[in-house]
This record gives sequence, structure tokens and C-alpha cells, in this order.
Amino acid sequence: MRSDRGQSAPLGLKAAAACGLLFLHLPILLIFVYAFTTEEKSFVWPPPGLTTQWFAVTWNRPDVWEALSLSVRVAAISTTIALVLGTLCAAAVSRTKFFGRETISLLVILPIALPGIITGIALRSAFALADIPFSFWTIVLGHATFCVVVVYNNAVARFRRTSGSMIEASMDLGADGFQTFRHVVLPNIATALLAGGMLAFALSFDEVIVTTFTAGQQQTVPIWMLEELIRPRQRPVTNVVAMVVVLVTLLPILFAYYLTRDGDQIAGSGK
Amino acid sequence: MSIVALNANPIPAILPGSGGLRGALSDLFWRRPKVLLLLMLLPPVLWLGIVYIGSLFALLAQSFFSIDEFSGLINRQFTLKTYGDLLQAANLDIILRTVTMAALVTLASAIVAFPIAYYAARYARGRWKALFYLGVMLPLWSSYLVKIYAWKLILAKEGILTWLLTKLHLLWLLDAWLSLPVVGGNSLSVSFTGTFIVFVYVWLPFMILPVQAALERVPGNLVEASSDLGASPGQTFRNVLFPLALPGIVAGSIFTFSLTLGDYIIPQIIGTSRLFIGQAVYSQQGTAGNIPLAAAFTVVPIVIMGFYLWGAKRMGAFDAL
Repeated sequence: MRSDRGQSAPLGLKAAAACGLLFLHLPILLIFVYAFTTEEKSFVWPPPGLTTQWFAVTWNRPDVWEALSLSVRVAAISTTIALVLGTLCAAAVSRTKFFGRETISLLVILPIALPGIITGIALRSAFALADIPFSFWTIVLGHATFCVVVVYNNAVARFRRTSGSMIEASMDLGADGFQTFRHVVLPNIATALLAGGMLAFALSFDEVIVTTFTAGQQQTVPIWMLEELIRPRQRPVTNVVAMVVVLVTLLPILFAYYLTRDGDQIAGSGK
Repeated sequence: MSIVALNANPIPAILPGSGGLRGALSDLFWRRPKVLLLLMLLPPVLWLGIVYIGSLFALLAQSFFSIDEFSGLINRQFTLKTYGDLLQAANLDIILRTVTMAALVTLASAIVAFPIAYYAARYARGRWKALFYLGVMLPLWSSYLVKIYAWKLILAKEGILTWLLTKLHLLWLLDAWLSLPVVGGNSLSVSFTGTFIVFVYVWLPFMILPVQAALERVPGNLVEASSDLGASPGQTFRNVLFPLALPGIVAGSIFTFSLTLGDYIIPQIIGTSRLFIGQAVYSQQGTAGNIPLAAAFTVVPIVIMGFYLWGAKRMGAFDAL
């Protein structure tokens, strides 16, 4: 019998861990309170009163809707590209050993390992050198590049657990390569891809640093928020949008966790 | 002999070959796995190679151009003049300030992260373990801007922190701190202290996860053996736990250090008017239009991180990632 079962932690450690978790969570909870405040001009605490009128005001703001629509379209297309590229790369790297395999995994991780400002300004100077004007696609180009790694991480972890003999069995039983992919490989990696896709979507939806360099005059939701933080126009609307953004990113994360919780590597541990 | 070799090929002889393009492709992939491998690798490598590595080289090339001081146009000829500009006192100040901040943020995150990671690794079981995991994951993935915004609310002069300190009759403490020269300011949201707190908050989960991963691998009976042999908790920590957790801490510090070096949004929203590297890059390429100097500035974090990663690798930090 192991002696460390049922042992409880020293009080000091418990307190420090609890304080640390509170430190991580209280600021985000505060956003939810401020979305209902009646105060318009300052960040005064405690809120003088509570109201839901700002939700209606935000609902009728066309600039918020435009930013939201752009963000969702960018995230959807970047996620699709990342899903294709990330899965291909993961399949290649986990199936076979070949020369330069380590380099490929480094290449995939690099866009997220280097600070975002480097990726951003690198893309911008490349656009400038090649005379490419800013457009919807310049944003997508940047986002897809750093979303590949999220899909790749999830897919690689799943491929590692999927036995290669299943593919061989399928081929032995007469299925061709496409049938094997459709009926054997895809069902096995589907949840990992879904989780990776959700995380990629959340990452793209929230990205601001690279986007400021590739968007030009266009506004995604994070760019809209950044503008509001630097030059506030209507603070209560910002509060409401902040709360909505928290909820929009929270749900995919929880769902991705739920999809991969039984695995050896859990989605999202390497943002 | 060649016939034997052909027959030894792993072609399923029972079924007739399937016709059509699809069948032909499928057969080709089976006979020559290298073709399939190449086809699978081509799209991602082309994308990352052209879009990303290509852009990085474009950036690097720009740092060897210079700007004409009179016309403001970029002179596309190889020169080291821009790197000379980088060594001006004002720019060295920026670099030193950023590196100091990154080091302090890394140290503070390690201190705050350790108890959480240790509790999660050693004492949390079952449902609590999942809760701890989500408790770190959710803030990690929450919107970066919203987190900064939340701290703007907290640190504002009329905000919750001032209110709390007033209730506790500790406001004099805050005022005394704010009157200090370098770290103080008019309010916490326009001081280095504020910038520091927000940096620690935003990057903390990046430290907790690798430290926890390192501590998960420390067997509990090692700690017990140490105390059985008469070590005090402090001695156990110094001689047993800390050395074993160190690769995890170094792995986490790669993130906290690199992210602080490159960030330009946090010091812009919560902080003083004195610049960090990221802000210098942003203003050089934007308002000043001096892309060569901006490019040279980005080379600084790349070089620092290069050395950092090299050192981290020697300490075995990559096994803890």
C-alpha cells in the first residue's frame, strides 16, 4: 500500500495554491460584473447600479457586428486551412521516419515559439516587398500559419496512439488507400481533429498581435477592442463585448477538453 | 532471378487491381510510400516555407537596408548602419529595460506558479485534478485583450483595488509604493508595477503547466525519504524538490521570457510612456516608417532567445515541455 494516499497537504501550500488560482480567475469574473454596471464614464467600484441596457445598445452597433463577422470568417477559413495542413504534416511525421523529420516539427512550432511581433512584422515586410495590398486574405495567411501547430499537436498525439496494424489490416482485407482513410483512419482521428480545430478557431478569434500588422484598416473583434482600450468611445459597450468574447472562447476550450480528456495528451496544453 | 524479385513485391495477388484513376493512385501509394509521404509533406512545407520562413528572411534582409534621413525613403543597399543606430543610448535603454522586466516577470511567475503546480501534481486526485487542470487552462485560453482590460478595471484609481485597500485601511501603503521613483507613478495603471503585475498574470499559466509536468515525475516517496532522513521541509525543498523541478521551471521561463520580450500591447495599455522593445518595433515601422530599424530591433529578441534556448537545452528543459 502506498503511503502517500490520503495524505493532506500542509496548510501553507493549500493557501498558496488557492491564492494562485484566485489570482488567475477573479479578474475574469470581474468582467462579468462590469458588463452590467450603470456607470458610463469611469471604472468605479463598486458599480453604482446594475442594468442590462448595454446589451441592447451593443446589439444595435453595426461596427461590433462587422468586426464579429470578419473575425468569424477569418477564423473559419484559417481553421480549415490549418486542419488540412496540420493533419497532413502530423500523418507524415508520425507514420514514417525520414531525413529532416525534426526540422519539420521545428518548422511547424516556430510561428508560435517566436514572439508574435516577429511573425507580424515579418509578414508585413514581406507584403511590402512583394507589393501585396492588405485584404481579408492577408489576415488569413497569418492566422493559418500559427494555427497549424495547434491542429498538428492534437493530431500527432492521436496518431501516436493509433496502431499502424489497423491500417495494414484494412488493406489486407482489400480496401484501397482512400477507403482505408475514409473508414479506418478518419474515424480514429476525428475527435482529435475536432478538438484541434476548436482550439485553432479560439486562437484565431482571439489573436491581436499578428493581426495588427496584417489587417490594414480592417477591424476584427480583438482589433476593435484594442482601439477601444487605447481611445475609449463608449466604455459600457466595451464591457459587454469583453464578456461576450470570454464566453465565445470559453465554450470551444471546454468542448475540446471534453473531447480529448481520456487521451495521453490533453488538448490545449501547448498554446 | 528478376522474376522472383518481382513476385516478392507485396501486391495482394488475390484481388484484381482496381481500375480508374482512384485505383491507380491507391496502388501507387501502396507500392511507393515515398510518393505518398512527399505528397503529404508538400502542402504544409510549401506553406510554412514560403509564407513564414520567406517572411522571416524578408525581415532579416530589411534590417541590412537603411533609411535616408532626408527623404525618409528606404535605401535598398547592404549596410550595417541600421545596427549602428541600434546601439544608441536611447535604444540600449529600451533593450535593457525590456530584458530586466522579462527577467523579473519570469522570476515572479516561477514563485507564484510553484505552489499551484506542486499541489496539482502531488496532492490533487481525481475530480480535483481535472478541476486544477481546467483552472489553469481556462485563463490560459481566455482572450488576451480581455485579461488586460480586466486589469485596467482593477488597477484604475477608482477601481476595485483602491476600494479594497481603503476598506482595509491600507491605502497609505499603496500611496507610499506609488511615490517610489522608478516603480511608482500617478496610479498603478500608469506605472511599471502595473505593467509587471499584468505580465505575470497573463503569462502565469505558461509557467504552471511545465512545472507541473516536471513535478508529476518526482516520486512522492523521495520527499518522504528526505524527511525520514531528518531534513526540514526547507532543506527538502532546496535539495530534492527544487533541483528536480528546475528543468520544468526553465521550460516555463522560455515562454514567460520570450513573450515578455516581444509584447507591445500590455506596456502600451498599462504602463508608463517609456518604451519596451515591442513598442519600439511597432512605432518604428508604423509612425516613423523606419522599417530597417524596426527589423533590426526584432533581431534583438531573436538573438537573446537563441542563446536562451541553447542554455535551456543544455539544462534538459526540452524534456519537460
